[in-house]
Amino acid sequence: MASALQAVTLPAGTRTTAPERRPALLILPALVVLAVFFLYPLVSMVISAFTDPSPGLGNFTWFFGEAQNLRVLGRTFTTALWVTVIALALSYPYAYAMTVAGPRARAVLTLLVLVPFWTSLMVRTFAWVILLQDTGVVNDLLGAAGLGPFSLIRTQTGVVIGMVQLLMPFMVLPLYAVMSGIDRRLLSAAGSLGARPVKAFATVYVPLSLPGVSAGCLTVFISALGFYVTPALLGSPTDALLSQQIFTQVNGLLKWGRGGAMGVVLLGLTLAMIALLAVTLRRGGRRVTG
Amino acid sequence: MRRGLLWAFCALVGAWLVAPALIVVPLSFTSKASLKFPPDGYSTRWYENFFGDPAWMSALWTSIQVGLLVTVVATVLGTAAALGLTRARLRGLALVQGSMLAPMIVPGVVLAVGVYAVFLKLQLVGSLAGFVMAHTVLALPFVIIPVSASLRGFDRRLESAAASLGAGRWTAFRTVTLPLVAPGVAAGALFAFVTSFDEVVVSLFIQSPYLQTLPVKMYASVTRETDPTIAAAATMIIVMTTSLVLIATFFVARRSRARQ
Repeated sequence: MASALQAVTLPAGTRTTAPERRPALLILPALVVLAVFFLYPLVSMVISAFTDPSPGLGNFTWFFGEAQNLRVLGRTFTTALWVTVIALALSYPYAYAMTVAGPRARAVLTLLVLVPFWTSLMVRTFAWVILLQDTGVVNDLLGAAGLGPFSLIRTQTGVVIGMVQLLMPFMVLPLYAVMSGIDRRLLSAAGSLGARPVKAFATVYVPLSLPGVSAGCLTVFISALGFYVTPALLGSPTDALLSQQIFTQVNGLLKWGRGGAMGVVLLGLTLAMIALLAVTLRRGGRRVTG
Repeated sequence: MRRGLLWAFCALVGAWLVAPALIVVPLSFTSKASLKFPPDGYSTRWYENFFGDPAWMSALWTSIQVGLLVTVVATVLGTAAALGLTRARLRGLALVQGSMLAPMIVPGVVLAVGVYAVFLKLQLVGSLAGFVMAHTVLALPFVIIPVSASLRGFDRRLESAAASLGAGRWTAFRTVTLPLVAPGVAAGALFAFVTSFDEVVVSLFIQSPYLQTLPVKMYASVTRETDPTIAAAATMIIVMTTSLVLIATFFVARRSRARQ
């Protein structure tokens, strides 16, 4: 009883007993499921890349030896890069508007950017198929403006439009998080020292917002690298990206080793980008706190 | 002047952000047998089609069944894991926590290839259990994150108080801890359902002609069919996920208000 009372008077979060090991047992069931249905599948994919059909680096020499594959890799990279650049160009002013808006306008802007978050990926891709078709609304509007018609579907343009729409929340939210912490009086200070608004913005505001820019860009880039459904339905089969090639190798051609090798390349790229993200975030965090 | 430009830009971007969600619903009520937007006339025949077609209905039923099972499995496992993660004091806990969130990061296709290979071996391709386990892995982070957040705002002295009044560990958890973190658990459960209900890539690999989920059936239809039944299916998904996400957001909002 005395010890229980003592525990009650201790501040929350204080160690009440010697190292607590029993709660760790609660993690076990989830860990077992992850080991069997996540880790084991990933490891077996990596192993197949090195062993199927015969042990060695054959699948990787095939991947990096064929010009076709390198084109796919390059296309995957440039598509992800375009998506990132356009998403940044659209999101930067948008996030900035969120910081200067009143509470109600900010709520509306936030809601709008969150809509793509929860509208199903499949539904949204289907909607873009309709919007972008040759006789679709987008072409009608462009036609009314005296432009087009453009072929948007089955092109990289269509893929980029769809992917940017899907990934914009991942750019806007970190940008807004950083921008809302910037003291806008710094801009007035720069102005009072003689800087014109544009110059003050470029030399004071933009550098302060960079941690948000890098976090958003890397998140969008990483997600874009691994996209499957949107490019498969909006793009053309001849412009396939890495993830579609993996699907084709495994599901269509039953080349497990080759699909596995491509999977290893995609996974490696993703992990490298995440490592980069972790480093930038830590540096960004240090700059903000220190 | 510059303000006006900024707002005009935001309005355009905002319209573009919501456009896909906005066209699907009216499209599903079109009277014509084409996916032309805007529709010329309105009818509910595509919903009659959707609910009358055994293929669409079995896909919808599979999705609901898988979603509900995933909700139960992922919520129980995720809540237990979140409890362990916030309370255990072990070396390497951060690593364990990181690996629990890893399914959010790994590209879908990469996981799908691995899962497909393993499922072929275990004969889980095209099985309900297979869908449930594959989706559970993807849903776990979405349970662990909100539940951990609730637990961090939870005052553990309340549990000690319950213990001092004679409650056992389980009783204290059931009558004190669980009701107080319930909003986080409920939000996690809803996110788990939505994650499963939305998942396409892994499902594409592990489907069979006899068992496929609604998004997989949609995926197959988008490339082949041109009739607006697919728009009716899409609207069903929008209504379902939107209402669930709104409910989950409500729980999260209530939790953060309760903490203030």
